Amino acid sequence: MILKSLTFVAGIALFAGGASAEDLKLAVTTSFANSGLAEVLLPQIEKDTGITVQLLVVGTGQALALGAAGDVDAVLVHSRAAEDAWLAEGNGTHRREIMYNDFVIVGPANDPAGVGKAALATEAFKAIATAEAPFVSRGDDSGTHKMELALWKQVGIEPVGEWYRAVGQGMGAALNTAAGMNAYILADRASWLNFGNKADLAIDFQGDTALFNQYALLPVNPAKYPHVKAELVQTLENWLVSDTAKGLIEGYKIADQQLFVFNAKSN
Amino acid sequence: MNELWQGLAHAARLIWDFDPGLWEIAGLSLQVSLGATFVASLIGLPLGAWLAVNRFRARRVVIAILNALMGLPPVVVGLFVYVLLSRSGPFGVLGLLFTPTAMVIAQVIIITPIVASIAHQALRDLWADYHDLLISLNASRGQRIKALLWDGRRALMAASLAGFGRAIGEVGAIMIVGGNIDHVTRVLTTAIALETGKGQFGLALALGFVLIALAIAVNLCVHFLSRTERSGRW
Amino acid sequence: MVASILPLQVDALTLRRGGRSILGPISWVLAGAGITVVLGPNGSGKTSFLRAMHGLERINQGDLRWAAPMDIVRAKQSFVFQTPILMRRSVVECIAYPLLLDGVPRAQAHMQASDAAIGVGLGAVLNQPAQVLSGGEKQKLALARALIRAPEVLFLDEPCANLDGRSTRDIETILADARDAGTRIVMSTHNLGQARRLADDVLFLYNGQLVEAGPSLILETPTSPELAAHVNGDLLP
Repeated sequence: MILKSLTFVAGIALFAGGASAEDLKLAVTTSFANSGLAEVLLPQIEKDTGITVQLLVVGTGQALALGAAGDVDAVLVHSRAAEDAWLAEGNGTHRREIMYNDFVIVGPANDPAGVGKAALATEAFKAIATAEAPFVSRGDDSGTHKMELALWKQVGIEPVGEWYRAVGQGMGAALNTAAGMNAYILADRASWLNFGNKADLAIDFQGDTALFNQYALLPVNPAKYPHVKAELVQTLENWLVSDTAKGLIEGYKIADQQLFVFNAKSN
Repeated sequence: MNELWQGLAHAARLIWDFDPGLWEIAGLSLQVSLGATFVASLIGLPLGAWLAVNRFRARRVVIAILNALMGLPPVVVGLFVYVLLSRSGPFGVLGLLFTPTAMVIAQVIIITPIVASIAHQALRDLWADYHDLLISLNASRGQRIKALLWDGRRALMAASLAGFGRAIGEVGAIMIVGGNIDHVTRVLTTAIALETGKGQFGLALALGFVLIALAIAVNLCVHFLSRTERSGRW
Repeated sequence: MVASILPLQVDALTLRRGGRSILGPISWVLAGAGITVVLGPNGSGKTSFLRAMHGLERINQGDLRWAAPMDIVRAKQSFVFQTPILMRRSVVECIAYPLLLDGVPRAQAHMQASDAAIGVGLGAVLNQPAQVLSGGEKQKLALARALIRAPEVLFLDEPCANLDGRSTRDIETILADARDAGTRIVMSTHNLGQARRLADDVLFLYNGQLVEAGPSLILETPTSPELAAHVNGDLLP
């Protein structure tokens, strides 16, 4: 009897791989997933277009790698330089800007490095390095990580030392670590607002336009991978730049704060 | 400590309310891990028996490798299977990546060495006992293995359950080859990783308790159905 | 099917373990009918000799020549070990096992096994796990199992060594019956009384060598000094 039920279970397990024709695999970043915006957009997308979007939530580097391997149909990331390189290799057809949000510098509520007094993000980073205040870096080649590295480069500082901790984790996990260490960390606003374990941390610096974070949709190149669902991706793209999308994206608030600004140019 | 109690209470509430999201991921956890245990047992139990019974020159090396494979890091197995199943990989055309089938494949690779190794150890002892008798009775090699597998069935069951325990708690491999896609490849362990990453410790703990309860329930079920630990009989 | 596997020619049989010779060279012929008792002090090689003839030991030198091809030979002999090896099954299942190996249908095998069990006095414990039986009961089970395929030759290695008087008597009765039914029996023993009761002919081993062999009356009139000492109950060097 056990044998029969186990055979049944094994049968289901082995043959449950089937996908429906209207499924689409989209690799997105942890920052985007943690914002919670997907929970609002996906049901509406399904309703309006019939497409079931299957989200794979990974770091930017892994998302682009999955796209390059043809394991997903499209990619939604926020790292211009990496995207351009990816397109130059022939992995995608184009990039379509959809929306942007901003990064904030989160840190101990009492702001020991005096980051709040800075006028620019670069000055804030300089203050942290000078004070050698504990700082958690994503360290995972993600869009957030690349933004952080760009800032260090601008200020001409090579972040090295016991105070600089590169964890190699997604946004949520990195915030956990920062909370545990009472450290500074660069985070996207959405992830921060959604984060459940704030402990003693707060937003210490915000508002510099240098911290703006552009999200773009990159369809995987069907010439390279014929199995990719190019038409579905096109439908998705059209929806993402539509007025419905605009309404949902700009209407999405956490703690009464709007997170994303829609900046897609219509067709 | 308070968080633990809260997590426990949360878990009880989820179970009591028949939370559909919970049952979906718990069901998939069972499906994947039981399926993997079944396949791993089909391969590992006879393999363990065969190793226990046969003498050949490389035997010690094979057993050492088998024992070493028990310590395979799941995330490495996951990467390996990902490379094989990726669209740009050798088996990409099968389209198995990011499906429960891929998760079963990865877990089978991880737990078969455990099942085979424990089965081998248990049957070694039984074989030492039965050796002279089975040769004296002129049993063929297949008959010897059958006798060991049947008489050693309690130990073999323990081997399978050990494999199941490893599978149901595994997260590294299935995260990579499954992708933790909502409603498709999200199971208890990957959901726990997700919620922990979001800082939602309460929910993560609750899911953890559900996972433990599930593992206990499966073990109890198997023991009841095969009537072990009844007084007087082994 | 009627071809006999006897006689067995044992030709300069030698066993070496760990560099030293533990048995042989021994030459002997196993033929005829009745019970052959193998005597000898501890360490004389009785167990090795019996196991070698049965096919459980690797032979280093010499030859064992049966009168039939090996597949028939293997099917028509049985062995009873000094400490019975019992499978983790019920009494009936243990006795039926050799028949199941031969492809006998399960129901029939179990019926034959039950009859055999009752025949050796185990009728009351047919479905008990074999592991819970007493020493004497276990050995009777082993004997019933060894006889269930009606072997032509039955080897026994000190079958009553660990048993009480009553169990010993029961087993000797079963052996006598088997001998009368035509089974050729070769058994080792420490018990001279048992040897006198059962033996048709005797082999005496000492230090791995076959020192003396002959009909059972050599126990009364031994030729070799070693056998004389052994029969007398003296300890041999």
